[in-house]
Amino acid sequence: MIKGNFIDNLPKVYGIYTGGFLAFIIIMSIAEQMGMTAKTIGICFVAFTVAIYAIIGYLSRTAQADAYYVAGRQVPTVFNGMATAADWMSGASFVAMAGGIYFKGYGYMALLVGWTGGYVLVASLLAPYLRKFGCYTVPDFIGTRYGGNLSRFMAVVVLTVASFTYVTAQINATGTIASVALDIPFQYAVYVGLISILLCSMLGGMRGVTWTQVAQYIVLIIAYLLPVFWISNKMGAGFFPHFMLADEVARIGELEQQYGFVKNAAADLKTVPKGLAGITKAHSAVNATPWAFISLALAMMMGTASLPHVMMRYFTTPSVKAARKSVGWSLFFIFLLYSSAPMLATLSKLSLIDPSLPTGIIGKSIAEVQSIDWYQNWNQANLMFVSDFNGNGTLELNEFFMGGKAVVLATPEIAGLPYVISGLVAAGGMAAAMSTADGLILAIANAISHDVYYKIIDPKAETAKRLVVARVLLVVIGFAGATIAALEIQGILGSVIWAFDFAMSGLFFPLVLGVWWKRANKEGAIAGMFLGLVSGAAYLIWVRTGGSGFLGITQLTFGIFGSAVSLVSMVVVSLMTQAPNAATQKMVDNVRVPAGKSVI
Amino acid sequence: MSKQEQHWEKTRGLLFMTLAIWFVFSIGIFLFGAEMNEVGGPFGYPLTYWFTCQGSLGIFVILIFWFANRQEKIDEEFGFSERGDD
Repeated sequence: MIKGNFIDNLPKVYGIYTGGFLAFIIIMSIAEQMGMTAKTIGICFVAFTVAIYAIIGYLSRTAQADAYYVAGRQVPTVFNGMATAADWMSGASFVAMAGGIYFKGYGYMALLVGWTGGYVLVASLLAPYLRKFGCYTVPDFIGTRYGGNLSRFMAVVVLTVASFTYVTAQINATGTIASVALDIPFQYAVYVGLISILLCSMLGGMRGVTWTQVAQYIVLIIAYLLPVFWISNKMGAGFFPHFMLADEVARIGELEQQYGFVKNAAADLKTVPKGLAGITKAHSAVNATPWAFISLALAMMMGTASLPHVMMRYFTTPSVKAARKSVGWSLFFIFLLYSSAPMLATLSKLSLIDPSLPTGIIGKSIAEVQSIDWYQNWNQANLMFVSDFNGNGTLELNEFFMGGKAVVLATPEIAGLPYVISGLVAAGGMAAAMSTADGLILAIANAISHDVYYKIIDPKAETAKRLVVARVLLVVIGFAGATIAALEIQGILGSVIWAFDFAMSGLFFPLVLGVWWKRANKEGAIAGMFLGLVSGAAYLIWVRTGGSGFLGITQLTFGIFGSAVSLVSMVVVSLMTQAPNAATQKMVDNVRVPAGKSVI
Repeated sequence: MSKQEQHWEKTRGLLFMTLAIWFVFSIGIFLFGAEMNEVGGPFGYPLTYWFTCQGSLGIFVILIFWFANRQEKIDEEFGFSERGDD
């Protein structure tokens, strides 16, 4: 089904799929009119979409190494762009990003710039060259370019540390959504999420993940954009919010001036449930120092270019040329969602704080707010809270608290959209978290099965045996991730940002210099990966345990320190040891030319 | 200079140009974030705010496609481009 014919028919296949999904939304909204309960709609949305992904995963099953590791290297540019966008946009992007912008404004938007700007580095520094190289995994490049099992193994270690940090957050997100939509306890929901994730990747490896990710992108982008446009139109803010919210942004600024940002007493804040926050920062004004903004953006950009689950998506394109273009398409599809998040944050905030709007709650009496249906729902879900700190009976800006997830999850309900939209949003969040988790688990399992098992332990292993090992690892890593996710150590976003810092600490310079500096050698790369990762991790632990940090580098940007150490140690050690041999130099020359056979 | 060296020199030139543009819109302008935000930007948004929501993001998309096309031209010029379609 997947061969030849399927590739030619892709636009048709996914066109029908998109139409089918839209029809499903319409059927659900009719069912809602006819009295279907909110809970049933939620279950239908999540169950229906997950079932489709599982079917795609089954149809994509394969017994060939090339298909399992790199989807047969025949994924067309635009579709690989969609798959990468789904791979990239995690549960955090989908559920938490608009909330972050809502609460932190400018300082947080460094993440938007960082998570998109990184793709320029991917396109210009790495992706086309690694595609030409012809490797199956990122450590495969490191191991072959620099030579030796130790360099290969170090790359696997960095990849595992970074990706595993990331994947627990994603499994956590699938668990959160599954527990809300299916109404089951979180500890079980995590494993429901995990099984859904494994259904997509187990049988078909990269090929299965590719075609499910395209399907997941379509679901998540519809689920994100439809409510934004609908809310904007319903509020009368403009039919194309991205170009028309200037007045709303200005109005929020006026209201902020009028209310002022009153600081709450520490004793009062103690009564606010954990995880909820109030509006304490200006919406559109610059509220962070240039270095705070730039360092965060820079860390995210270099992290983007070092994360193996993104890089390996460009191994699946038919050519080097296609790999470059595909990066552009990826960013375009990401841009569609990222440019909408600030609009959603604006609409959400204005609808809550503007007393002249019917949904505005600031300035109303506390009792009145507490009697609103949606307030009661989200208060019960532990995502909203009001308290009359100053005892005047009226809700002030500093007396209203909300969870970051509520911006995406609750705004449709506040704006009075039908419940079918909330079901759609749950399906979108699930798609976002599942697609990223699949990419990450596959990246780890492939690196261990291909680089550690096949290349180091048993180079004579047959394909069938290699793929069994790969699949067993997939399940083991998935369960390990789910078990840790069930412990709920760090919030969704915190661990996502750490993953970027770990990846850039250990991998950015060994990857980039592998292509762009012929003199880089094995000893240098090992030193760069090892010292980079260790110093980055040490800095994180130091700051987390009360260390003051230096140069304004925080626990969110420790990768800047790690990668600086990595660069210096890699250059110094490379220059102190022997230059790479003629064969390696020739290999690098070969990588730099798109034409001809791949290097390995 | 061999054909391959010339090709690499041009490729490196394009890289530096791409990274320079990238630097301006990911880092450079945010050195002056506060001052720039006083100015009105496209569609009436404050300028820095607009760059963080749409401007820089959109410029990166265009930049990558521009880069990809330029690199293809360089590869073709030296006969290093791949045969076949993408």
